[in-house]
Amino acid sequence: MIYDISFTALAFFFVFVGLVLGLSFYFGRKKSSSSSYYAAGGQIHWAVNGIAFAGDYLSAASFLGICGMIAIAGFDGFLYAIGFLAGWIVALFLIAEPFKRLGKYTFTDALNAKFNSRAITLTASISTLIISIFYLIPQMVGAGDLVMPLLGLPHWAGVILVGAIVIAIVASAGMASTTYVQFLKGGLLIVLSTVLTVYILKNGLSTPPNFNGNTYHKFLELSPKVENDKIVSAQDWSVIAQQQVGNKTFVKLEQNGVERWFEWARGEDNLLKETLTITQRADGTVLYNGEPKDNRKFYQVGHLSKIIVNGQELSQTGPLGPFEFLSTIKDSEIVRFLQVKLTDGDEQVSVYYPESTPGSKFMLPGLKYKIGSDANLWSKMDFVSLMLALFLGTAALPHILIRYYTVKTPRDARKSTILAIAAIGGFYILTLFIGLGAGVNGVMDVESSNMAAPLLARAFGAALFSIISAVAFATVLGTVAGLIVASSGAIAHDFIDVYLKKNLDDDKKVKVGKIAAVVVGVFAILLGMAFQGINVSFLVGWAFAIAASANLPAILFLLFWKKTSSSGIAASIVVGIISSLAIILTSPTMWDKYGLGAENALHQLENPALISFPLAVITVYLFSTLYPKKANI
Amino acid sequence: MHVNNTAEEKEIVTQQKSKLGVRLFFIYLICYAGFVFLGVFKYELLASTVFWGLNLALTYGIGLIIFAVILGIVYNYYCTKYEDQAEKTENLTEGENK
Repeated sequence: MIYDISFTALAFFFVFVGLVLGLSFYFGRKKSSSSSYYAAGGQIHWAVNGIAFAGDYLSAASFLGICGMIAIAGFDGFLYAIGFLAGWIVALFLIAEPFKRLGKYTFTDALNAKFNSRAITLTASISTLIISIFYLIPQMVGAGDLVMPLLGLPHWAGVILVGAIVIAIVASAGMASTTYVQFLKGGLLIVLSTVLTVYILKNGLSTPPNFNGNTYHKFLELSPKVENDKIVSAQDWSVIAQQQVGNKTFVKLEQNGVERWFEWARGEDNLLKETLTITQRADGTVLYNGEPKDNRKFYQVGHLSKIIVNGQELSQTGPLGPFEFLSTIKDSEIVRFLQVKLTDGDEQVSVYYPESTPGSKFMLPGLKYKIGSDANLWSKMDFVSLMLALFLGTAALPHILIRYYTVKTPRDARKSTILAIAAIGGFYILTLFIGLGAGVNGVMDVESSNMAAPLLARAFGAALFSIISAVAFATVLGTVAGLIVASSGAIAHDFIDVYLKKNLDDDKKVKVGKIAAVVVGVFAILLGMAFQGINVSFLVGWAFAIAASANLPAILFLLFWKKTSSSGIAASIVVGIISSLAIILTSPTMWDKYGLGAENALHQLENPALISFPLAVITVYLFSTLYPKKANI
Repeated sequence: MHVNNTAEEKEIVTQQKSKLGVRLFFIYLICYAGFVFLGVFKYELLASTVFWGLNLALTYGIGLIIFAVILGIVYNYYCTKYEDQAEKTENLTEGENK
C-alpha cells in the first residue's frame, strides 16, 4: 500500500518506545543474579503478573492477526480468538499449579524435575528453541507491517528495527524489565481496544463507508458490449486484453493512457467491476492501478454493499449497540477483495477483485477453513487440527510457562492466570468488533491483512493511530523479548550449563544468555523478512501446533501418569517436533513459499496437530512402557 | 496474610485441587469439542439464529470465551477454600498439641 508519514504519529511513537526502553534499562540496573535475569527473582505481584501474562499472550497474532483475519475472512478469524483463549483452560486447570511446585527457571527444568535426565534436557531445550523461533516469525512479520505506514519504511527495515531494539532490551536487562513492559502494554492494549470499539459502534454502518468523515473510493462499474464471449467495448474505455483465471474473467481497459484491470461479473447484472492491481514490469518498475506510486491511485478497501436492518435496506444506521452491530452485518452484504495473480505479456499482475459475500456467510466459519457445503476431508481435518492445536498449544508455549515462576506462591500464580484469562477473553471479544469494523469501513490494505486494526485507528485521526501503533509495536517488542529470554535460557541454562555440564558461575551464565539472545534475535530477523505478507495469526497457529505436539503430551503424562519415564518424555518430544515440522514444511503454504505452487503440495493439511499430537501421545506411552524409569528415581 | 508455601501445602489439598482442575477441564473440553463437532458435522446448525439476532456460531464462540472466565473464577474460589480449610485444621491441631 501507499503510506504517508505522519509526524504526530512519529512523535508519539518515539515517546512510547523511549518509555519502554527507559523502563527496561531502569530495572536492568537493579538486577544482577541469573535468577533475576530469567525469572524476575520470584518477586512480582500477582496482579501485575496477570496483566503481564495477558501482555505476553496478546502478541502481534492477537492484535494484528486476529483483527486482520476477521476483517477479510469473518468468523474464521474469531476461531483463533476462541482457541487461543480455550488454551488457558488447559494451562490453568491442569498445568499451572503442578508446574509451580516442580520447576525453577525454565520449561526444561520443570519437565526434568523428577528425572535429571540428559536426554530430556537436550530435547526440551531444542523444542523450546524451535517453538520460540516459530513464534518469533509472526512477531517479526507484524513488526515489519507496522512500521510501513508509521515510518514510511520498507518491511525489512521494520523487522531489523524491532530485532535491534529487542536485542538491546534483552541483552541489557532480561526478564524483570519485560514483566513491567508487558504489564504496561497489556493494560494499554485493552484500554485502547475498548476505545476503538466504542468509536466503531458510535459510528455505526454506512454504505459507502463514511467513516469519521473519510471519503471512500467509488469503484467503477462499466456496462460492456459482448460478442462471442469477448468484451468488445466498455463505455468510454478501450479494450486491450482479456484473460481467464480459474472461473473469473479479467479485462484490461485503457483510458487517457492509463491501463486498468476490471473483473467481468457475468451474472445477471453483467458488469465490469474495477479492481486494484499491482503490476510488476519487466524493467523493475511497479505500477499501482496502472499508475506510478506517487499518483496515489491505490485505495483502501472493504465495504458493505447493502445494509439491511429489519428487512429494510438503509444507507446509514447511526450508532449501534454491540449485538445490533453484529446482527446487522450478518443480515447485510459485505464486499471483500480477493487476490489472483496473472501474467500479461512480460508483466506480473496481482489483481484484487471485489467479491460480494452475504453477511450470513461472513459471520460463519468457512471462508478460510472450509467446513460448509464446499468442504472436503482435508479441509475438515484442517479445521479440527487448528482447533486442537490452539486448545493444546497455549499451555505448552515456553515463554508463557516462564511466568508461572515470577510470582511467589501457587495461589498467586493461579490468581494471575485467572486475571489473565479475563483480560484476554475481554480483549478477544473486542477483536470481533475491531476486525469487522475494519472490514466494512474501507480501511483495509489489500496487501496485508495484518494492519486492519491500526489502519482503522488511523481513520479516526493521527493521535489514536500513533498510540495504537506504538502499543502494537511495544506488543511486538515485549513478546519478542519474552521469547528471546526463553530461548536464550534454553541455550545458556539448559544446553550449555546443564547438558554440557559446563557449571558456569552466575556471571558467566548471564553472559552466555546474552550472547544466545543476540544470535536468536538475528535469526528471527532473517525469518521475519522471509515470511512477509502472511497473516500473523496463521503463522502463530504453527507455533501452537508444534508446542502442542512436542511439549504437551510430555507435560500431561508427567503430571498425570506415574509410570512416565524419562525416555518416554524425550522420545515424545522428538516425535512431536519432527512430525509437526515435517507436516508444516510440506504444507501448501510452504510449497507456495518455495515457489512450487500450493496445489502441488504433498498433502493439503495446513495445521499439523491432528496427526502430530496423537503420534507424540502414543510415543510417550510406548516408550514409558518399553523403557520404564529406574526403581530408585 | 497467611504464607502458603509450596513445601508446606498438604498433600490432600494438592489432590483436591488437582481433581477439581481435571473435572473442570473435562467440562470445558466437552463444550469446546461440541463447537468443533458442530462445525464438522452439523454445519447448517451454526447458521441458525439464536439470541439478539446472532447466529449459533457467534453465540457459541462468545459463550466459550465467557465460560472460560467463569470456570476460572469457580476454580479459584474452590482452591482458595480448600487451602483455607486445610490451614484452619492445621492451626487447630497445632493449638491442641500445645
